[in-house]
Amino acid sequence: MKIAVCIKRVPDSETRVKIAADGKSLDEAGIKFVLNPYDEFAVEEALRRKEQAGAGEVAVICLGPAAAQETIRTALAMGADRGVLLQADKIPIDPFETAKLIAAELKGATWDLILFGRMAIDDYNTQVGPLVAELLGLPCVTAVSHLDIEGTKGVAEREIEGGIEVVEFPLPAVLTADKGLNEPRYPALKGIMAAKKKSLEVKPVQAGAGTLEIVALTPPPDRKEGKIVGEGAGAVGELVRLLREEAKVL
Amino acid sequence: MPPKFTGVDFYNIDGLLSEEERAIRDTVRAWIDENLMPVIGDAYVAGKFPKQLIPGMAELGLFGANLPEAYGCAGLNNVAYGLIMQELERGDSGVRSFASVQGALVMYPIYAFGSEEQKKQWLPQMASGKVIGCFGLTEPDYGSNPAGMITVAKETKDGWVLNGAKMWITNGSTAQAAIIWAKTGKIDDADSIRGFIVPTGTKGFSAKDQKGKLSLRASDTSELVLQDVQVPKDAILPKSGGLKSPLMCLTAARYGIAWGAVGAAMACYDEAVSYAKQRVMFGKPLGGFQLQQARLADMLTEITKAQLLCLQLGRLKDDGKSTPQQVSLAKRNNVNMATDIARETRRLLGANGILAEYQAMRHLANLESVYTYEGTHDIHTLILGQEITGLSAFN
Repeated sequence: MKIAVCIKRVPDSETRVKIAADGKSLDEAGIKFVLNPYDEFAVEEALRRKEQAGAGEVAVICLGPAAAQETIRTALAMGADRGVLLQADKIPIDPFETAKLIAAELKGATWDLILFGRMAIDDYNTQVGPLVAELLGLPCVTAVSHLDIEGTKGVAEREIEGGIEVVEFPLPAVLTADKGLNEPRYPALKGIMAAKKKSLEVKPVQAGAGTLEIVALTPPPDRKEGKIVGEGAGAVGELVRLLREEAKVL
Repeated sequence: MPPKFTGVDFYNIDGLLSEEERAIRDTVRAWIDENLMPVIGDAYVAGKFPKQLIPGMAELGLFGANLPEAYGCAGLNNVAYGLIMQELERGDSGVRSFASVQGALVMYPIYAFGSEEQKKQWLPQMASGKVIGCFGLTEPDYGSNPAGMITVAKETKDGWVLNGAKMWITNGSTAQAAIIWAKTGKIDDADSIRGFIVPTGTKGFSAKDQKGKLSLRASDTSELVLQDVQVPKDAILPKSGGLKSPLMCLTAARYGIAWGAVGAAMACYDEAVSYAKQRVMFGKPLGGFQLQQARLADMLTEITKAQLLCLQLGRLKDDGKSTPQQVSLAKRNNVNMATDIARETRRLLGANGILAEYQAMRHLANLESVYTYEGTHDIHTLILGQEITGLSAFN
């Protein structure tokens, strides 16, 4: 089983982000970056598929700055075999430009599966996976929360509004992993040390300008102070009334 | 779920760590957040070590992590090992103690003083958590003065017969194997002290938990009794010799404690800061009052100093240049510092500070033990005094 997992370096969800002086980007000073949490599901799934098959390769591909080598090593520490960094100083804001670079890299080999996280938790675009599938002419299933593979046929489940959608697809295919697909492993300490010795190829790339422009970033408005309505069962009536009449959420 | 712990790093000390060291620290940190933090409060109140965590700790590779891969260990450097101890004790001193005993007091002496057969037999099983060990040095009447021990090992034609009692033994009732230190010669001959690997199922060996502890409640502490315990000839650690051998183990464990204390201090500081920002009194957050700001400023200062102390000590140890006296200084300073910070946090939290739901009082109570074990604060003072003056205050 030969699997490519495409990952992204994103700010840790615990990080308090600040908008840079230009008003259009994040101030990266002091931000802790991590492997995108949805990509962890993709890495874990790839490792399990390879382990079940008993042979194969899990390659990790990342578009990002030089510092994204650390993100790739996180995946290598979990057990991936090798990494490729498509190194660009700026990640394009247009997902199509990102997809073109990743698809160009993936074209160089044949894959049984190409996995992505459902979305990156920084821009929430959910686009790169499907765009890459389109560029490669492969079937794509997004937001996969359960996966069965028999030979060259796959069955994926997607959690949709009010139910579960079951999708059959032929391999090779592009899938994007959702929460619930698996429980990602912690990299063992030995794995972290071994990651240092695994192949990590760095390829400089030049991203196109794309057709999108960020005009402004604004932080969400400050949350209003909460109100304690009362305590115990006696407060429920008043709480429901306020939720309905004041907050208008019921 | 409480928010993820993000550490304290005022001096960009992260920049002095390698990528692997940071990755190891972050992995253990996340593991503690997910696995220990949700259960530690209840485990502490119930007085139970969270045994269910042992397989997970082993799978990560936390036991004897600075010992070689050839014996099933992670083969990490001493800074990475220290960071592991820091993160474990950020959770709870009892959990760090468990790992310290397993790694520094049981696996280390087998590695340092054991035969190749002993290493191959025991270390992989201990790294994988299948065999838990304990370390029997302290006796009811010989704590700070282990040279006076009265546990003896007599050589017979088949092996050794051990008699004596050990006290304050972490993991004593959990362990499948005990490293027992005993005199093989005259009762006043500390040079005759040797280490023995004793399976705890051996006839005549018994372990009884010490009850009524108000500290390290999430850790098993036991009394061991050895009554005519017969072990084969190859139970002795062949390269152990004199009191120096167990003291080398203690130096290894104290090194981890110096780091661990920083973890406990960071946990308390983190709690103090978040409480000070949220808790409103007299119409503004506690953190807006000068008295509380002074507390927090002192905490941050002391933590930062202790972090740098540990890191340099670790680098020296990795270069083979650290001395036991340097380890004494770090253990003495950092545990005292952490105890002070835990106490100040407890006070800053007001009445909430006495609840198990918060961490400060648990850490405070734990650290009172850590202050006393592995060389009391006072003994480390005397070790440093001797180092400075060349005059021993012990004898």
